[in-house]
Amino acid sequence: MAITIEHLYHVYQQGSPFQSDALEDIDFTIENGDLLALIGHTGSGKSTLAQHLNGLLKPTSGRVLVDGQNINAKEADRKALRQRVGLLFQYAEYQLFEETVYKDIAFGPKNQGLTGKELDHRVRRAFARVHLPQEVLEKSPFELSGGQMRRVALAGVVAMEPEVLVLDEPIAGLDPKGRDELMEVISDLHRGGVTIVLISHNMDDVARIATRVAVLDKGRLAMLGTPREIFSRGDELEAMGLDVPQTVQLCRKLRAGGVDMPDCLTNEEVCAAILAARGRTAHA
Amino acid sequence: MEEAILQAKNVSYAYEEGEGLAISDINLSFRRGEMTAILGHNGSGKSTLAKLLNGLYIPTAGTVTVCGMDTALDDNTWEIRKKAGMVFQNPDNQLVASIVRDDVAFGLENIGVPTEEMPARIEAALRAVGMLDFIDRAPHMLSGGQKQRIAIAGILAMQPQALILDEATAMLDPKGREEVFSIVEKLNREQGITVVWITHFMEEAARCGRVVVMDGGHIVMDGEPQEVFTRAEDMRRMRLDVPPMVALGDLLRSRGMKISRDAMDIDSMAREVLKWL
Repeated sequence: MAITIEHLYHVYQQGSPFQSDALEDIDFTIENGDLLALIGHTGSGKSTLAQHLNGLLKPTSGRVLVDGQNINAKEADRKALRQRVGLLFQYAEYQLFEETVYKDIAFGPKNQGLTGKELDHRVRRAFARVHLPQEVLEKSPFELSGGQMRRVALAGVVAMEPEVLVLDEPIAGLDPKGRDELMEVISDLHRGGVTIVLISHNMDDVARIATRVAVLDKGRLAMLGTPREIFSRGDELEAMGLDVPQTVQLCRKLRAGGVDMPDCLTNEEVCAAILAARGRTAHA
Repeated sequence: MEEAILQAKNVSYAYEEGEGLAISDINLSFRRGEMTAILGHNGSGKSTLAKLLNGLYIPTAGTVTVCGMDTALDDNTWEIRKKAGMVFQNPDNQLVASIVRDDVAFGLENIGVPTEEMPARIEAALRAVGMLDFIDRAPHMLSGGQKQRIAIAGILAMQPQALILDEATAMLDPKGREEVFSIVEKLNREQGITVVWITHFMEEAARCGRVVVMDGGHIVMDGEPQEVFTRAEDMRRMRLDVPPMVALGDLLRSRGMKISRDAMDIDSMAREVLKWL
């Protein structure tokens, strides 16, 4: 399912002395099957944009189209359209509240009107997709580690079976293993056909798993392209207060030192490029 | 031997009587001027240790001393809070006043610093964290990194010997993280403040002189970053990792390149690669 954002503007506190433009003329399409990374400095408008994708915020002007239908139009079945886009907030584990993990995951689908076997299947299917041990299902969410709680919250969104998942800094605050486990869950969901919008500050992750990257700067869409295209524009990213992946930083340093190097996105690529450079010097 | 600013001797801690130990028979000391990273997965006991080190928790067994003062003795509490200050993860949970100046003054009032001494101490503390220009601003208008620097200034104004930071950069963006880390590094280097830096970011640990790794309430490694990060497999087994450049170095060495194990950040890695080429 594709989401098209058409000339979207969002103004906070319009008409008050505090009026400020949060988003200005955002215009691009999130394609079906994308794993789109949304990056930008704090305050660049990433979370504001994310909240437009499932109708939590309404554009001041412009439109958000889900498969060609305006999610804010009066006539459209807004509820159904919005259910096709799931949103995981930052630190989503703070929103868990039920007695058991099972009940917490069931909360959304139950509100959708599911009951009995259908509801049970839905909960178990969502639970299976976040890679948690089976015994967790009957535990209280509050007995779990932070990383496990985060995945339970994600299962709650997955249980609505959205076609697009918007994840707002899903790995913030997790330990390294917890980060890897969650990134693996996200990759799996993507492979399973879910379109993903990932807000992240971790450029190494973005370089590794994103199919495309959208860069926001002061409420505007500054760049859109593949990770390779985006991270080859390191100077511009740094001017926006953004990092580039560590491998790219290293390649830039090596180029400054006179070595002919492309911008590498993985350790394997760095290794191959260094060996190639060595080969050239040996022959010269 | 240099003076120990923070010391734990045979320390154990249980949150509730009869429950498992969150900290189990730890012996550890932090000498004057050291900057130590503490690593460990969520639930390994890092935060519990941090709270024991400045007397927020009292050991179930063993003793913790701050500048020689036993944290278990009530009479020492105020003196200990002056000597060892703590910064927490969430920048929004530790600022109390509506103006930066008053926020930094809060701790000074609590320890009874005479009013006429306050302005100089507040200004010196804000200057040290690069936030003097913000003295009349409202904390809630600041970025996360700036808020953490104000929290640090509030401690500095009390002229402490040690700073304990419990994942102080976890909720910040990369720019904010660098801003806070480099300020703390500078305070350690220039003022000799003893720093205990708890983190999940391996590249931050690589920049500390010493790395302590915790697992299951025990200390499992304690050494220079080069030694600790050589044990990449052990680290991963403990839900941890090695800094990205260390992982790259391991790969390059495995392909026959001569790259020093001391190359743990981008600058030193670039130098090593250029040397090898």
